Amino acid sequence: MTHSAHHPLPFISEPTATDSAISVRGLTKRFGEFTAVSGIDFDVARGEIFGFLGPNGSGKTTTMRMLTGTIAPQSGSIRILGEDVVASPEKVKRRIGYMSQKFSLFEDLTVDENLRFYAGVYDLPADEFVKQRAYVLEMAGLVGREKELTANLSVGWKQRLALGAATIHEPELLFLDEPTSGVDPVARRHFWDLLYDLAGQGVTLFVTTHYMEEATQCGRLAFMYAGRIIAEGSPREIREQHLLDIGDRDDSGRLRTASIEDVFVRLVTREREEAGR
Amino acid sequence: MAPSTAELAIDARRLCRRFGDVQAVDGVDLRVRPGGVFGLLGPDGAGKSTLIRMLATVLTPNSGDALIFGDSVVHAHRRITPRIGYMSQRFSMYLDLSVSENLEFFARIRGVPAALRRARSASLLESMELAEFSDRQAQFLSGGMKQKLMLASTLMHEPDLLLLDEPTTGVDPLSRLEFWRIIADLRAAEKTILVATPYMDEAERCTDIAFMDAGHIPHTGTPAEVKSLVPGTLFEVAAPDPRAALAAVCSASGVTSAHLYGDVVRVLSAPGGPDARELLTHMNAVGIHATDVQPADVDMEAAFAYLAEQAGDAA
Repeated sequence: MTHSAHHPLPFISEPTATDSAISVRGLTKRFGEFTAVSGIDFDVARGEIFGFLGPNGSGKTTTMRMLTGTIAPQSGSIRILGEDVVASPEKVKRRIGYMSQKFSLFEDLTVDENLRFYAGVYDLPADEFVKQRAYVLEMAGLVGREKELTANLSVGWKQRLALGAATIHEPELLFLDEPTSGVDPVARRHFWDLLYDLAGQGVTLFVTTHYMEEATQCGRLAFMYAGRIIAEGSPREIREQHLLDIGDRDDSGRLRTASIEDVFVRLVTREREEAGR
Repeated sequence: MAPSTAELAIDARRLCRRFGDVQAVDGVDLRVRPGGVFGLLGPDGAGKSTLIRMLATVLTPNSGDALIFGDSVVHAHRRITPRIGYMSQRFSMYLDLSVSENLEFFARIRGVPAALRRARSASLLESMELAEFSDRQAQFLSGGMKQKLMLASTLMHEPDLLLLDEPTTGVDPLSRLEFWRIIADLRAAEKTILVATPYMDEAERCTDIAFMDAGHIPHTGTPAEVKSLVPGTLFEVAAPDPRAALAAVCSASGVTSAHLYGDVVRVLSAPGGPDARELLTHMNAVGIHATDVQPADVDMEAAFAYLAEQAGDAA
């Protein structure tokens, strides 16, 4: 596609929100016969903690990989921090961070060496690295353990180190794919405190999780099923929308408020029943 | 009356295991009666996996012993292995084999006769709702289906005791519910199940709980008994800004701990600490508006946090 220099660029009406961290329209990805993501639309505002939920295999990770520019969509548009990721995925690389459920740390490197590696990946200048390294070690509670082998850290420490590695270049937008999978309840709580600190500094967070109590801590949620977004809103909106739907009463006869977990189970069960019909 | 050793599914005595300088399991005593679902809880690095691996006879203790249905894991592991099924944290099926081929393979190395293999495989796939996927390669299964396949493969030789190490980690809520429905069926079939889990709603479904920390098991009991270890009263505070409310309640005297749970703040008030009205008054005094303060039942999540903190303080 070319634009004549004599004509201004046509006003792009969609996606519109220029202050969005993420703006997705008609995003589709197929693998052979299988449609993993099927024409989804959504927006994430800057500074928001956005929870992306759905059963295993619903298309969450595929979507995240498209948003980070790792794989290209068949069709649809993605704007990340105002940039067109489909056309030029490398443009936002330094402005985003990604933490995978596997933590992407080198087990045979020390804490310090892992941080140095990620600083190298993002071409961090030496003075920036010194500053960020100090911040990350403090944040993760790893001061004094810089020389320790990563393999010897417990899951909770590794998780915080992985968060530090993913944020060493001070990204504006951070993607977290099941960051608390298999982590104990107390460590998960600490981890969410760290996420809230990042959000407080204006970092936008895009999080997938299977812990519904964590999902309730997000500002907004989207539920994905079979490649589509089947519900979206704040946790309160989603719970209220499904309150009457569930209609259970507690021991004292009051209408029970649906939890996000209730809604999850209800939505997925309904979708499966409809698919089976 | 205490059951005799032969009646116990697991009877661990002073079990120890060290890795280099790290004493991963440090003198664990554990008694598990047959026919229950026994939950093993504890912070990351507490030694849960090491303990399970010793009970599964895949790791030798440095000292101490454990009897599985009366047989020693140190001296009689050959007699034990036919009676146990062990599911590790990692997905350990062959990715390029189909669901039914994986079951066939694991049953064969367990010495299950061919005639039985076919019948058991069919019945397990049916009960786990995997029958329609029996020809699918393991690598193309969803997370929940992979976990069910692993469980099915540990059941092919019809063990009496199942040792499950975090079987539902990374699995979505509905698949977890399905998995626990299967656990309930197994219990009804008089299997004994020892399961480590980071999910506190799963812990609530167990008949007994052991809380492990730093290689020790300081607490065991029914879920109700473990929850009763938490002193004081738990309150749930609803507020427009839960983070601000959390900071506010933390500054109140007599508050043991407080944290965000979903969109409410959970506050553990020490015995003799503030009640709902006093919490509200305190928050008002520091300029934080709360819409509601209600007493809540102590759940396993609250118990875990309390016990982990106690253990941390003692260390």
